[in-house]
Amino acid sequence: MAIATTTNNIAGVVEPAGARPRRMFAPSTIILYSILTVAALYYLLPLYVMVVTSLKDMTEIRMGNIFAPPVQITFEPWVKAWSQACTGLDCSGISVGFWKSVKITIPSVIISVAIASVNGYGLSYWRFKGSEVFFTILLFGAFIPYQVMLYPLVIIMRELGIFSTIWAVVLVHTIFGMPINTLLFRNYFASLPPELFKAARVDGAGFWQVFFRIMLPMSLPIFVVSMIIQITGIWNDFLFGVIFAGNQNFPMTVQLNNIVNAVQGVKEYNVNMAATLLTGAVPLIVYFVSGRLFVRGIAAGAVKG
Amino acid sequence: MAHAGRPFGLLRNLNAKVAAIPMMLTVIVIFIGCTLWTVFYSFTSSRLLPTSDFVGFDQYSRLFGNSRWNQSLLNLATYGVCVLTFVFIIGFVLAVLIDQKIRFENTFRTIFLYPFALSFIVTGLVWQWILDPGLGVPKVLNDLGLPGGSLALLGDKNTVIYALVIAGLWQGTGLVMVLMLAGLRGIDSEIWKAARVDGIPAWRTYLFIIIPMMRGVFVTTLVIVASGIVRVYDLVVAMTQGGPGFASEVPAKYVYSFMFERANLGQGLAASTVMLVTVFIILVPWALAEFRQKRS
Repeated sequence: MAIATTTNNIAGVVEPAGARPRRMFAPSTIILYSILTVAALYYLLPLYVMVVTSLKDMTEIRMGNIFAPPVQITFEPWVKAWSQACTGLDCSGISVGFWKSVKITIPSVIISVAIASVNGYGLSYWRFKGSEVFFTILLFGAFIPYQVMLYPLVIIMRELGIFSTIWAVVLVHTIFGMPINTLLFRNYFASLPPELFKAARVDGAGFWQVFFRIMLPMSLPIFVVSMIIQITGIWNDFLFGVIFAGNQNFPMTVQLNNIVNAVQGVKEYNVNMAATLLTGAVPLIVYFVSGRLFVRGIAAGAVKG
Repeated sequence: MAHAGRPFGLLRNLNAKVAAIPMMLTVIVIFIGCTLWTVFYSFTSSRLLPTSDFVGFDQYSRLFGNSRWNQSLLNLATYGVCVLTFVFIIGFVLAVLIDQKIRFENTFRTIFLYPFALSFIVTGLVWQWILDPGLGVPKVLNDLGLPGGSLALLGDKNTVIYALVIAGLWQGTGLVMVLMLAGLRGIDSEIWKAARVDGIPAWRTYLFIIIPMMRGVFVTTLVIVASGIVRVYDLVVAMTQGGPGFASEVPAKYVYSFMFERANLGQGLAASTVMLVTVFIILVPWALAEFRQKRS
C-alpha cells in the first residue's frame, strides 16, 4: 500500500481513475502536511518528555525545562526504577510489579482466548436454542460499568477462596474479556466457507474434532488479534488489580501509581518517568510489532461491539 | 425449560452446550446476577457488610444530598461533554486528513494511535508531570517570558477537570480516528465522483453527504466512547487522586471509596446503580435503532 502510493506520486499520478492530480508543493499539500506534522508532534511530545526526563539527573531536572534534551545522559534512573524504587517502606523497584503482571497476564490471556475461541466457534456452527440470547446479553454486559459488579464479585471470589490471589484477577479478566473476544471469533468463523464444516460433518467429525482439526489451523490471524487485545487490556488494567489481587500481587500499573503518587519522600521525577516508561513498554512493543493487526483488532472489536 | 419433557432436546448438541457453560455462567451469574444484587442491596442500609435492612430510597436521597457526589456528577458531565466534542472533531479531522492519499500514512496513523495502547495510569502520570506547576509547561512558559507562567491547571479546582480532558483526549482520539477512517474507507468512491461531477466542493461533500452516510459509525463510536467515559477511574487516580479537595472526583471513584475504603456499602451500591442507569440511557436508544435496522 505504502509502496503503491509512493510510485503514484513519483509518476506524477497519470492514472485517470485516481484523485485530481496534485503537485508536490501545491499550497493545499503543504497545509495538509503541516497540520498532520503539528498534530503528530503533539502526540509524540509526552513520549519525548518521558524519555528525556528519565535520562537526566535531578539537578538537571530542577535547573532546565522538561523539553530540553539531557546535557549528560544517565541511565541511573532506569536502574533505580527497576530495582530500588519505593512504595511506602518497600524499596525493591518496579520489577516486582512487572513479574506480577507477567504472572497475571499469561494465564489470563491463555484462558480467556481459549474460552472465547470455543464460544465463537459454537455460536457460528452449533447454535442451540437460546444461544443467541446469551450472546446478546453477553455483548450488552460489556457496556455495564464494572463498578456495578465489583462488590458481588468480591463476595464470589471470597466464597471460591481465591480472593487476594492471582487467580481472582485471572478469573475477572477472563469474564470481562469474554464479550469482545467471543464476538471477534464468532465473526471470524462465520466468514469461513461453510463447506469446510459440512464436509467434516459428513466425514463424521464431532464438535471438538471439527474445532481442533479444521477450525484451529485456519484461525491463526484471529488468535493473534484476540491475544493483542487481551495482552494490552490486561497489562493496562488497574481497577481489578487493586481490588482482587491483594497487596502481595499488585500488578505493575498499581505499583507504578503507588511509587509515583507516594506521599512521603522527595519526588524523583526521573525515576518516576523511567518506571512509567517501563510499565508502558510491554503494550507499546505489542502495538509497534503487531501494527496493522492491532488496528484491525480494535476496529473489528469496536465497530460491531 | 420448555423442552424439559424431551430429554432428547436437552441432550442435542450436548458438546456445544458444555462448551458454552463459561459463557452462560458469565451471563447469568455476573452480568445478570451481580447487577441485580447491586441494585437490590442499594435499597438497604448496608455498611461494612451487606444486610437486608430495607430503607427504600434513603441511600439515593443521601447520595444526591452529598456535595461530593454532586460534584462528581458535575465533573463527569463536564469531562464527558468536552471529551466527546473534541474527540469527535479531532478524530474525524485527522481521519479526513489521513484519507487524502497522503504519503507516510502508516507513520502518521501509528503516531496518532499509540497513546491508545498505553494505560490510563501511564497517561495520567505523564500529563501530571507535563502540567507540573513548578517544573512542567508552566515553568517553560515562564522561562520564555510568555503569559501562562502561573498556569497551574492541576492545582486549581476550577481548571483541574480540563487537565483531565487534555490527557483523556491525548489517549483516546487515536481510537476515534481509526474508527472514522474505517467509516470513510467504507464509503463507495462513486459518491465522490458524483459529487465532483456536480461541482460540490469537498468540504460540503463531507458535511452534507459523507457525514450523514457515516451515521452508523458515529453512533457506534458515541456509544463506545460514552460508556468508557462513564467508568473513567484510573486516569483520575493517577493524575489528581480526585483533588484538589474533591474538585476532580468522578462517580467511579466515589463508588470505590464508599465500598472499599469507608465501609459505607449502601452508598457505594446506590452510586453504582446510578452509573448503571446512566449507561442504559446511552445504550437503549442505540439498541432500539439497531433492532429496527435489523427488522427492516
